[in-house]
Amino acid sequence: MPATDTMAETEDPLVREHRLRQQAAHETRRDTTVRIIRQTVTFVVFMGLLAALYAGYKEVGQAIDDRQHDWPVVGSVLPRTDDLTMPPIGKIIGQFGETPGGEDQIYVLILLDEALFTLREAFAGFMVGLVIGMAIALALAQWRRLEQGLLPFVIASQTIPLIAIAPIIVIWGRKNFDVFPWEWQDWMSVSIIATYLTFFPVAVNGLRGLQSPRPENQELMESYAANWAQTLWRLRLPASLPYLFAALKIAATASIVGAIVGEISSGVVGGLGRRILREAFNYTTGPDRLFASVLGAAALGIFVYLVVTGLERLVVGRQDKGATA
Amino acid sequence: MNVIEIRGATKVFNPGKGNQVEALAEIDLAVRPGEFVTLIGPSGCGKSTLLRLIAALIAPSTGSVEVNAKPAEQARLDRDYGMAFQTAGLFDWRTVSKNIELPLELMGWTKGDRRRRAKEMLELVKLGEFATHHPSELSGGMQQRVAIARALSFSPALLLMDEPFGALDEMTREHMQDELLRIWKETETTVVFVTHSIPEAVYLSTRVVVMSPRPGNIASVIEVDLGQRQASVRDDPAFHTKVTEVRVALRKVEE
Repeated sequence: MPATDTMAETEDPLVREHRLRQQAAHETRRDTTVRIIRQTVTFVVFMGLLAALYAGYKEVGQAIDDRQHDWPVVGSVLPRTDDLTMPPIGKIIGQFGETPGGEDQIYVLILLDEALFTLREAFAGFMVGLVIGMAIALALAQWRRLEQGLLPFVIASQTIPLIAIAPIIVIWGRKNFDVFPWEWQDWMSVSIIATYLTFFPVAVNGLRGLQSPRPENQELMESYAANWAQTLWRLRLPASLPYLFAALKIAATASIVGAIVGEISSGVVGGLGRRILREAFNYTTGPDRLFASVLGAAALGIFVYLVVTGLERLVVGRQDKGATA
Repeated sequence: MNVIEIRGATKVFNPGKGNQVEALAEIDLAVRPGEFVTLIGPSGCGKSTLLRLIAALIAPSTGSVEVNAKPAEQARLDRDYGMAFQTAGLFDWRTVSKNIELPLELMGWTKGDRRRRAKEMLELVKLGEFATHHPSELSGGMQQRVAIARALSFSPALLLMDEPFGALDEMTREHMQDELLRIWKETETTVVFVTHSIPEAVYLSTRVVVMSPRPGNIASVIEVDLGQRQASVRDDPAFHTKVTEVRVALRKVEE
């Protein structure tokens, strides 16, 4: 085929090589749909395995225990598997569709309401934590001296147990936070706890991200006589995004955990944490409800993680496919 | 009028400290419009430092550096030169076209003008169809071409290049050299090019500046006139004579 040959010859050698590479890459590339399906299947299979382990132990553990509880040495050492300790999976799942006494809607909708309440607290705290964390990262990146002085305190702040500070923040909120133009609500105190958990990974990873551009990239911006804001906006912030999103995934789930723990230890009315606490009190009359509410909390955590991951795909996109020097 | 005028420029890093380094000693160099000047020398001879003095990315300790008859710092602020580095240094979150538009954005060009110019520049480096690709999808040589297009996008009269082909394989490298010569001829830009490859220096330049290390200094300047550059020049005896001449000069420097 002489025609094709001349075509190939007139074409730029770099471009031709590129095409060959692309073809090879295309053959091994999996597209997004396949990946999402595979991940979903993995998740479902994994959850199924966990459920099978739970149900299996409940069956076998009970049987072994029943047979040997009067043996002299072993006795009844295995954890108990009666319906009060380990409610059957069917009952836990079924609980979502039932209407508990004193309520007027099915349990899954109640949990959804509570989850939205917790989500609001966590989201407000998360956003504030994001702003504070980035502000700290920017300050530390700008003044290297500050990094040595301030970073230890930022790290130390994370060693204070969450349960200990939650009540303090709520009390402060009720008594002292009247400087704000709006009336301080208890749920805002819970948000502060979410903020407290969010700002730390954002500050640490944000700093790493802002410092990630190579010296040559910095020099390039200087050669264009770009000012500080231009360099920040066009180079350092975009370069920090992959680092930032790694932190946001941690921070998003941590802010949910923070909000739930905050609700439990602060006495805020409403939210998943409050709900879990109540179900724990009423455990003897409805053990499946506690399990169901904990599953609800886990689902909320997974949900926010997926939202952040989706955002990352959208914002960072192709960027992390291959680092270009 | 010379494009670059360096008079008695020295550079000392960390002056007065334990790790003080005398990087450049008393450099005098003038570059005329349209010249292709190559700085060559062993590592540590300060050739990259000299290039950064011209770019005003660092300031000389003593002496003066002028670009376009004004202090180098003013020339930097006036965006009188474009620069390309050893790594392409493209921003991976931008498409190829947007990378070329970066300096134009900083200069406040309108969106339409930027688009048009980026398209022209991509045609110049023969990557027209890759405008919407991301840098990570391109090979090293193609990325380096985009970097050159970016450096030339705002039509600076001066192009500063710091070992831009250093990371490329030999075949791609020779191809890129021909491309650069073509672009140099088409755009009539003045080029200062840092390399440690002798054939590259001879093939590209109108003048090769051989530098010696510790402290960096200009050991000799070799004029090159090989006429019309084309691939066959690489086999030309005149080319080899010049290569030998530069090699001998470099050997003297090493002693």
